[in-house]
Amino acid sequence: MAGQLLMGNEAIGLGAIHAGVSLVAGYPGTPSTEILETVAGNNQEGRIHVEWSVNEKAALEVAAGASYAGARTMVTMKQVGLNVASDPLMSLAYIGVKGGMVIVAADDPGPISSQTEQDTRHFAEFSKLPVFDPVSPEEAYEMVGDAFAYSEQYGTPVILRPTTRVCHGCAVVEVRDTKEVSGQREPEGFVRDTGRWVIFPRLSYLNHKKIEERNEELSHVFSSCRYNTFRKGTGRVGVAAGGISHAYVKENISPDVPLLRVGTPHPFPEDLAREFLVGLSEVLVLEELDPVIERALLRTAGKYHLTVTIRGKLTHDTASAGENSVESVREDLRRFAPETLRKEIRDAVQAGRQDGQETPGLPKLPVRPPVLCAGCPHRASFYAVKQAAKGRKAVFCGDIGCYTLGNAAPLDMVDTCLCMGADVTIAQGLHIMERDTVNFAFIGDSTFFASGITGVVNAVYNQTDIILVVLDNSTTAMTGHQPHPGTGRTMMGEVVAKISIEKVLEGIGVSKLVKADPLNLKEAVHAVKEVLDETGVRAVIFTSPCIALAKAVTGYRVNEKACISCKKCIRELGCPAIAACDGKISIEPSLCYGCGVCAEVCGSGAIQEVDHE
Amino acid sequence: MSRNCLLCGVGGQGVVLASKLIACAAMEKGLFVRTSETIGMAQRGGSVVSHVRMGEDIFSPMIPKGSADVILAFEPAEAVRSLDYLRRGKEEGIVIVNQKSIQPVTAALGGQEYDGRRMLDFLKENVKRLYLVDGEEICRQAGSHKVLNVALLGVAAAGGALGMGQAEIEDEIKRRVKPQYQEMNLKALKLGAALAAKIK
Repeated sequence: MAGQLLMGNEAIGLGAIHAGVSLVAGYPGTPSTEILETVAGNNQEGRIHVEWSVNEKAALEVAAGASYAGARTMVTMKQVGLNVASDPLMSLAYIGVKGGMVIVAADDPGPISSQTEQDTRHFAEFSKLPVFDPVSPEEAYEMVGDAFAYSEQYGTPVILRPTTRVCHGCAVVEVRDTKEVSGQREPEGFVRDTGRWVIFPRLSYLNHKKIEERNEELSHVFSSCRYNTFRKGTGRVGVAAGGISHAYVKENISPDVPLLRVGTPHPFPEDLAREFLVGLSEVLVLEELDPVIERALLRTAGKYHLTVTIRGKLTHDTASAGENSVESVREDLRRFAPETLRKEIRDAVQAGRQDGQETPGLPKLPVRPPVLCAGCPHRASFYAVKQAAKGRKAVFCGDIGCYTLGNAAPLDMVDTCLCMGADVTIAQGLHIMERDTVNFAFIGDSTFFASGITGVVNAVYNQTDIILVVLDNSTTAMTGHQPHPGTGRTMMGEVVAKISIEKVLEGIGVSKLVKADPLNLKEAVHAVKEVLDETGVRAVIFTSPCIALAKAVTGYRVNEKACISCKKCIRELGCPAIAACDGKISIEPSLCYGCGVCAEVCGSGAIQEVDHE
Repeated sequence: MSRNCLLCGVGGQGVVLASKLIACAAMEKGLFVRTSETIGMAQRGGSVVSHVRMGEDIFSPMIPKGSADVILAFEPAEAVRSLDYLRRGKEEGIVIVNQKSIQPVTAALGGQEYDGRRMLDFLKENVKRLYLVDGEEICRQAGSHKVLNVALLGVAAAGGALGMGQAEIEDEIKRRVKPQYQEMNLKALKLGAALAAKIK
């Protein structure tokens, strides 16, 4: 055992390796991405098969196959990825696994970088799967190993649900020696048994009964699980918490207050909860996202006729949305029952000395929103389409990735964004209802492979007129530059044939396809114009690598003599490297990547190429 | 006993690496450490905050407001933005701030330009233990604009704000910074430390 400073995601990755995992598959998504990368980075001798699958559904199915063969497997994704994987998930819950399977779905209270604040604990209840909810990186490390053990003992996938602050927080984790891999053994291999592996209505019925019995048993078992803890305390007012909120409670709570911590929200540890509730008159529940623990406590109180009031989200005593913090939990506890706070905090509150109060006279702070990087090829692509579509009635459907940032001024080129791949299909629906509109669908290369292809097939088959604009920057940029089928690299370090988006589109049968370098503005605008008045599904592929992948070789400067300070470059492009100070335009050399689009936009030829520093 | 260090700045300034160096140095001393960092979309040009907590009885990875022993700010407006984390009262925390302001990348578009001097004035009025650092000058002397983070660590360590000395940070730099960048980082650390001596 040795202490290491690990990020929660690293702890989960190492935890899986030390638990003898044989296959790890996933799709990148904040805040889960580093888990799989950690496994790949510590994959000695390539013993573990590690892959970025095309999407979460594929990842879960690949892992299911390996688990059928008896291997320990892990699947990683962000919470909305579980929506994509929900089809195999729901059925696999009925079929079960042989080798242990841990599905990591990272939730994102806030949300900080997600479309929804959905709660994977609900998905666990819905799919009837056990779920573990870690409070810290060091606990997440331990939980992975235990989750594998439960998975194999009960023959079921187990969900591990960390949240952003656990995934991205670091802590000193006592890590086992990598040589002491526990639970690792040669997989038995797949044993044919149609009564076990082929899902038929009769089997589903039989397994459904078994699952319900198993979950009842697990509820009892989990009541003495080390992740569910109960402190008796004194008094009749108690607090219950789960996940990171439990850490926030511990920062604030007096040591003698009854406290329940739920680390396995499903199956709910009912015996333990009942023991906690007996004798209490009021309980405040602190948890993020949905009131899962709160509802379970209400059910327990009702079932055993306990006269205890459960407070939380349902009673509007805690916030219904957004993430918790030490401060929000402090305020919740204060409003609930000030005596639950630690003495020094209580004294401070009573003395009216609230920590962290805003100092009066605070000057207005600059807003620093995320923007497309200086030199980002997406900016050029959006600008080219905007120029080409000028004067036309057009709607621009966007998708998930860095290019969602194309919605910001001055580009203002993303009218819709829903979920992975939806740009292609939403554009179709819009066009069917408004035939006089030109409907553009912007999709990135990784998103295209993940869930864009089916949408294009749908459009071609159903004879819709849309213009598909593929923004191919040769990487999955938003989540930190993961490889995908179009990059020719795998997580096993292999160099493989690149799957060509162009050939895929040709194969589907788009009516017209043009390719262009977006950084060559004239060529790019011309490419869009070429397909503008055609019918059917037309495609423009803009290819230019993400600036993070290649070093800048050139830069641009403003020639002060030639510049007429019209600010066209700033107004049209919104590049973060271009600034105006007292009417003078300048390009910040440390930011400029040398894409040269501003020089193409400038009407007075005032922006000139120079050697990069 | 525990100690809370908050580091804040703008994406690209090296905030995260600086917090890693503090955290690792603390771990080497046998302390328990928790940290929390800004990751992902907010990093590029956005506000970046790193929380480093070390010692006993630490549960939250984020520093509770009003309990930072030191705020190491790489930019004036970011110091102001994080000021409510500072410990107030008898044992008031220290604020070390690099005085050069960075305009938001969108300033040119929407007239969001701001005055860094107003931020520094506000800090002077509201912080008892404030150290202003001319980071640009240190970087110029060290020969790279990329060593601002280590220069500020030098000020903080030598100023007694981290609960560890310059030598411990130096060891971490030797352990974790690539050989070709070590010399300029060690130089920046020394320059920062010398500045702390002058301030005291």
